[in-house]
Amino acid sequence: MNPPSSSFALEIVGLKKAFGGLVVTQDVSLAIRPGERRLMIGPNGAGKTTLFNQISGDMRPNSGQIKLFGTDITPLAPYQRAHLGLSRTYQIITLFSGDTLEHNITLGLLGLRPARWQMWLPMSSYRDLSTEARRILDTVGLLHLAQHPISEIAYGEKRRVELAMALAQKPRVLLLDEPLAGLSNTERSAVKALIASIPRKTTLIMIEHDMDTALDLAETVTLLNYGRIIVDGERDAVIADQRTREVYLGA
Amino acid sequence: MKWLGIALIAAAFLLPPFLAGDFYINLASQILIAAIFALSLNLLVGFGGMTSLGHASYLGVAAYISALLTSRYGFGHGAAALISIGGTVAMAALFGVIALRATGLGFLMITLALSQVLWGLAYRMSDITNGDNGVSGLTRPAPFGISLENPVAFYWFVLIVAVIAFATMAIFVSSAFGSSLQGVRDQPRRMAALGFNPWMIRWITFVYAGFWAGISGLLYVYYNKYIHPTSLSTTSSAEALLGVIAGGSGTLGGPVVGAALVLLLKNYVSAYVERWNMLLGLVFLFIVLVMPAGIVPGVTRLIANLGRRSR
Repeated sequence: MNPPSSSFALEIVGLKKAFGGLVVTQDVSLAIRPGERRLMIGPNGAGKTTLFNQISGDMRPNSGQIKLFGTDITPLAPYQRAHLGLSRTYQIITLFSGDTLEHNITLGLLGLRPARWQMWLPMSSYRDLSTEARRILDTVGLLHLAQHPISEIAYGEKRRVELAMALAQKPRVLLLDEPLAGLSNTERSAVKALIASIPRKTTLIMIEHDMDTALDLAETVTLLNYGRIIVDGERDAVIADQRTREVYLGA
Repeated sequence: MKWLGIALIAAAFLLPPFLAGDFYINLASQILIAAIFALSLNLLVGFGGMTSLGHASYLGVAAYISALLTSRYGFGHGAAALISIGGTVAMAALFGVIALRATGLGFLMITLALSQVLWGLAYRMSDITNGDNGVSGLTRPAPFGISLENPVAFYWFVLIVAVIAFATMAIFVSSAFGSSLQGVRDQPRRMAALGFNPWMIRWITFVYAGFWAGISGLLYVYYNKYIHPTSLSTTSSAEALLGVIAGGSGTLGGPVVGAALVLLLKNYVSAYVERWNMLLGLVFLFIVLVMPAGIVPGVTRLIANLGRRSR
């Protein structure tokens, strides 16, 4: 029998974070089931990315608890959380711009393998890493650019590499921070299809402003404003909620 | 084309003992020693993004330990070398923990401060280090019974160590760990999110760079048969850093070219100009203005451009 708390992929209890007098996360509690597709919405400055940063460990909360499949990860460093199956992408593209696409994905693969400490063999001797990286690039439709440096590819393609890098780690919980930001309509539908194809083994939590696309992908929605959860629940219920309208249309 | 380059470089290193007199052979030995030191500093500066102004500490401490053990305490060269390298690595491990509490400018200032402490100790603890007089009257080792007192024998010895150093560091930066190191240099936050431990990667590199700086320190003291606190000074650290940047940090050839440039300027120009440091400064200014990435990347680009134009 699993302990009761591990019936959630991610559980947040009473999370608080303030920068001086500015409270950015106010008593946030969330519970996300394994395999769930959760959309986080809210106006600019609502504290969505700050919440992501606390989940991934880039930022330490002042109080509260974050649990990943029942394990308290609050005191853990970001890299330790990655080894427990947490992965994320960034709103601002964070890739290794001088390196090839293949190398970028390879770093994603290497991060969770003991081989990352190996100092006596050139990287090129890892055939399995390179094969796996190319396979992943193929799934996001970028295999033909594998040997190009990131700095040479288009913005929309970089967005897909961001996603591919996180997917390479086969995460149990994946945080997507505005995966559609700045994309054209065609690119948007490509990335949307990609996100929709992520296996159910991966729990998905996504921040996105593009409601038309994002709502199709989501099952549950959390609305944040001023660092506080306003509404939280099934997608249609949250959309229909009076408070959602107030936040978006003004009271 | 590539093989021609390799053959030329090999010839440049293999021929001096057959063609040149002792003065040039000694100069070549010094360049190789400085190159090993610069390569080790480049692991930090170029591949790790950790700019250190205290790297001469490791060269100096290794040299001092070996010098004192062999001249004062009657140790053989083999045992002295082992203790010297062991001590230097242990010091790098400790200093790494202190310096890596910060990155960027903070890191640079801590390395500077730590090296100043050691330099001060070398000066002031004169009952042990002989202070400003330095430690003199040293000998060179005789591995396998071959005396290294002869410049040509010493050159071959240094060349073998330099080739091993270059090859090991070249493999190091192209290995999986080397990729992690460069990843942490470029995107530390992303690397942590991918499961890499940025601190540990930096610390291991710091200790490894300390190890090779220690090796160069041993060769340095064998060559000079003398050691003085100046070798530990900020000036020594800064000179090597300038060499790395001028030659091209983050490349393998850059530090070698940079170290050679510094030594040649020092040896030739100081004969004519008393304030040779000033000329060194002007040369570096020129390099940085014309080739901001350093000589090796700059010349590589130049050749590539010429090749494209002629096609």
